[in-house]
Amino acid sequence: MLESILITIATAATPLLIAAMGELVVERSGVLNLGVEGMMIMGAITGFAVALTTGSVWLGVFAAILVGAAFALIFGFLTLSLVTNQVATGLALTLFGLGLSGMLGEGFVGRPGLRLGRIDIPFLSDLPFVGRLLFGQDPLFYLSLLLTAAVAYFLFATRAGLMLRAVGDNHTSAHAQGINVVAVRYLAVMFGGACAGLAGAYLSLVYTPQWVENMTAGRGWIALALVVFASWRPWRVVAGAYLFGGVTIGQLHAQALGVAIPSQLLSSLPYLATIAVLVIISRNRRLTMMNTPASLGRPFVPER
Amino acid sequence: MSATRENRAGNLLDVRGLTKLFGSLKACDGIDLTIDRGEIHALLGENGAGKSTFVKMLFGALEPAAGTIRWKGEEVRIASPGDARKLGIGMVFQHFSLFDALTAAENIMLSLDDPAPAGAVAARARELSEAYGLPLDPNAHVGDLSVGERQRIEIIRCLLQNPELIILDEPTSVLTPQEADRLFDTLARLKAEGRSILYISHRLEEVKRICDRATVLRQGRVIAHCDPRRETASSLARMMVGDEVQAVVREKPSAAREALLEVRALSRKAGHPFAVSLSDIDLAVHAGEVLGIAGVAGNGQGEFFEAVSGEVLQEKADAVRIRGKDAGRQDISGRRLMGAAFVPEERLGHAAAPLMTLSQNLLLSRCRTDARAFLSRLGIIRQGAVAKAAKRIADAMDVRKAGEDPEAAALSGGNLQKFVIGRELDRAPMVMVVNQPTWGVDAGAAARIRQALIDLSKGGSAVLVISQDLDELFEICDAIAVMHHGRLSAPIPIGEATYEKVGLLMGGARPEAAEPMLEAV
Repeated sequence: MLESILITIATAATPLLIAAMGELVVERSGVLNLGVEGMMIMGAITGFAVALTTGSVWLGVFAAILVGAAFALIFGFLTLSLVTNQVATGLALTLFGLGLSGMLGEGFVGRPGLRLGRIDIPFLSDLPFVGRLLFGQDPLFYLSLLLTAAVAYFLFATRAGLMLRAVGDNHTSAHAQGINVVAVRYLAVMFGGACAGLAGAYLSLVYTPQWVENMTAGRGWIALALVVFASWRPWRVVAGAYLFGGVTIGQLHAQALGVAIPSQLLSSLPYLATIAVLVIISRNRRLTMMNTPASLGRPFVPER
Repeated sequence: MSATRENRAGNLLDVRGLTKLFGSLKACDGIDLTIDRGEIHALLGENGAGKSTFVKMLFGALEPAAGTIRWKGEEVRIASPGDARKLGIGMVFQHFSLFDALTAAENIMLSLDDPAPAGAVAARARELSEAYGLPLDPNAHVGDLSVGERQRIEIIRCLLQNPELIILDEPTSVLTPQEADRLFDTLARLKAEGRSILYISHRLEEVKRICDRATVLRQGRVIAHCDPRRETASSLARMMVGDEVQAVVREKPSAAREALLEVRALSRKAGHPFAVSLSDIDLAVHAGEVLGIAGVAGNGQGEFFEAVSGEVLQEKADAVRIRGKDAGRQDISGRRLMGAAFVPEERLGHAAAPLMTLSQNLLLSRCRTDARAFLSRLGIIRQGAVAKAAKRIADAMDVRKAGEDPEAAALSGGNLQKFVIGRELDRAPMVMVVNQPTWGVDAGAAARIRQALIDLSKGGSAVLVISQDLDELFEICDAIAVMHHGRLSAPIPIGEATYEKVGLLMGGARPEAAEPMLEAV
């Protein structure tokens, strides 16, 4: 019983983690992309449709990644090349994605989809209690943790990561240092889109293998909030995503058991708990300020 | 063009006819300049003379509209700072181009073209910092460092690339006199190694002391090439400004009268990691007195101004007293109603809303104190009265603007500063507190602002001036106190104050110590 609850928690947390990790890189470069929800839902419909049509789940996953990145490219072109307002453009991207996915997905509603199978490591996954949890999950679960480690390593141990943080901290200085600010941001934005697309595919190919309109149900926004409350630090995003996943699943079970708390209150618990805990861990204002990208959301136009 | 060229073999840099347009404004108009090897060359000029535009073109941050740049005899096109660095041109910026959230070593690493392991960079930086007498901790976060320390990072970062020409943009404007001396030693060492330095400044004594040649710019053009050591400070100033700058007239301070602004045991904890905490500040400014607060930027002046102006309230009501009444719990409007006026450091965004017109900005700051004049009983704006007052202020302070009532952002820095100060003076406040009254303002406007402050004090008001510019404080103040690490020294009457005394206090020396004890930096 507990083991299966833990596994569902991991399944609930993984899409949040993937999307948030992408957005973290975007925001570290100083760009605020509020279009995560839109890119995610586009990933969900693309992944579902391609997998169903071609019969290959992995093809669906890759298509979702590409579509997410392509959607992000639209955002990048508008905000970085045409210097439109990032907040408005991001919101528009979300609305566009929700609408477009609804239209494209009309013929897929109610059709049974393909599911990405879980990995089964012989013997290890048969270990009592932790076996399935650690060694028998779907491949994207492992990928999400690998992604976190890779992002953390990239940001804090490589020169390219240092350049990305520099661009996010002060784009004018970065430009004066000879860093191509716009190019760095394009790459970051596209990485964020690819992650959001992958997170969307996770929803429609692993979490609930079917297509329902608006099936992201605000997860893109949760991912955005996780990044901020995790003060732009990769491993804290993991904590936030799993906490959110944990309380979500926990309250579902509580509702099923008929706990005498109004269900509306229970449904809001994941949000409240996540905010409360992340606020507590970001109490250290010095650390938070050091990690907040100072150029976040500020448009960059090089002097010429 | 080459026919008219003199024989300048051995020139490191030879610039001909460099021109840059911003719209219809010629920021640089056909500038010629040569720099020899192992020379310290001064670039002199007022604000807006085109110095910064010129060096940005040399450093590849701006693209020239016309003109040629020859580097070691070869014509080159410098399209980006990266190009400039490859040629061997390094630059130390006036407004530092450092990343606050990164460590000193990370900042240095970013400007190296070939990726090097962090450890090696830190070691090399340490080596250079010792060789040139620039102490530095590679692992400190830049946001935590003083301005002088940041400049050291900039210089070391520049030196790591082994440049042959180093451009320094107003390097001493943020340093104490003692820190500046240390910088001059470093520059002398660099020159002895055969490196050339282009030294931008408007401090004439400094230029006379360390520079071999000078080029003077005015309104985007070269006015003169000269040997600064053969000129006097006033002849250089004449070249820069075009005519004699009017000296500020000051009368002897009258005997101390009633204290109009008092600060008692003001303490304040730092609100964020990059802020300075204030401890136990006591101060009194009397009627008819101009009191100056000197100090290197970032020693608590901003925090002090916020506390005095009421942007941040005090816990104890008597921590700030205006005209004999407790004001510590009053907000900024409350303190204005008590007869005080405040001008913060940043003109755009703090003292004035950039995209609002001058008259709207006037109304914003005075709608409470002058409600009767500017608003009807129902709170409707009397446009005519506001426009008239805005015009009166512009005339009184000689604010030059395009159009009747332009947006604040459309004015040049000096003119906006004149307006912002005039807006407060127009009320004839009994207490005036100004932070950096002439920061980045040209000499003519600065003289006008200083005279206006003195005139206000002569009328019986108390004036408190916070400034980094020692020349300014010595010119207008009756006494100077020094702020260091959030503490304020006792005021030194102007008759007893010397640059050395004030400079030592700015560097953190304790007053009355037998030997000046500089704090370890």
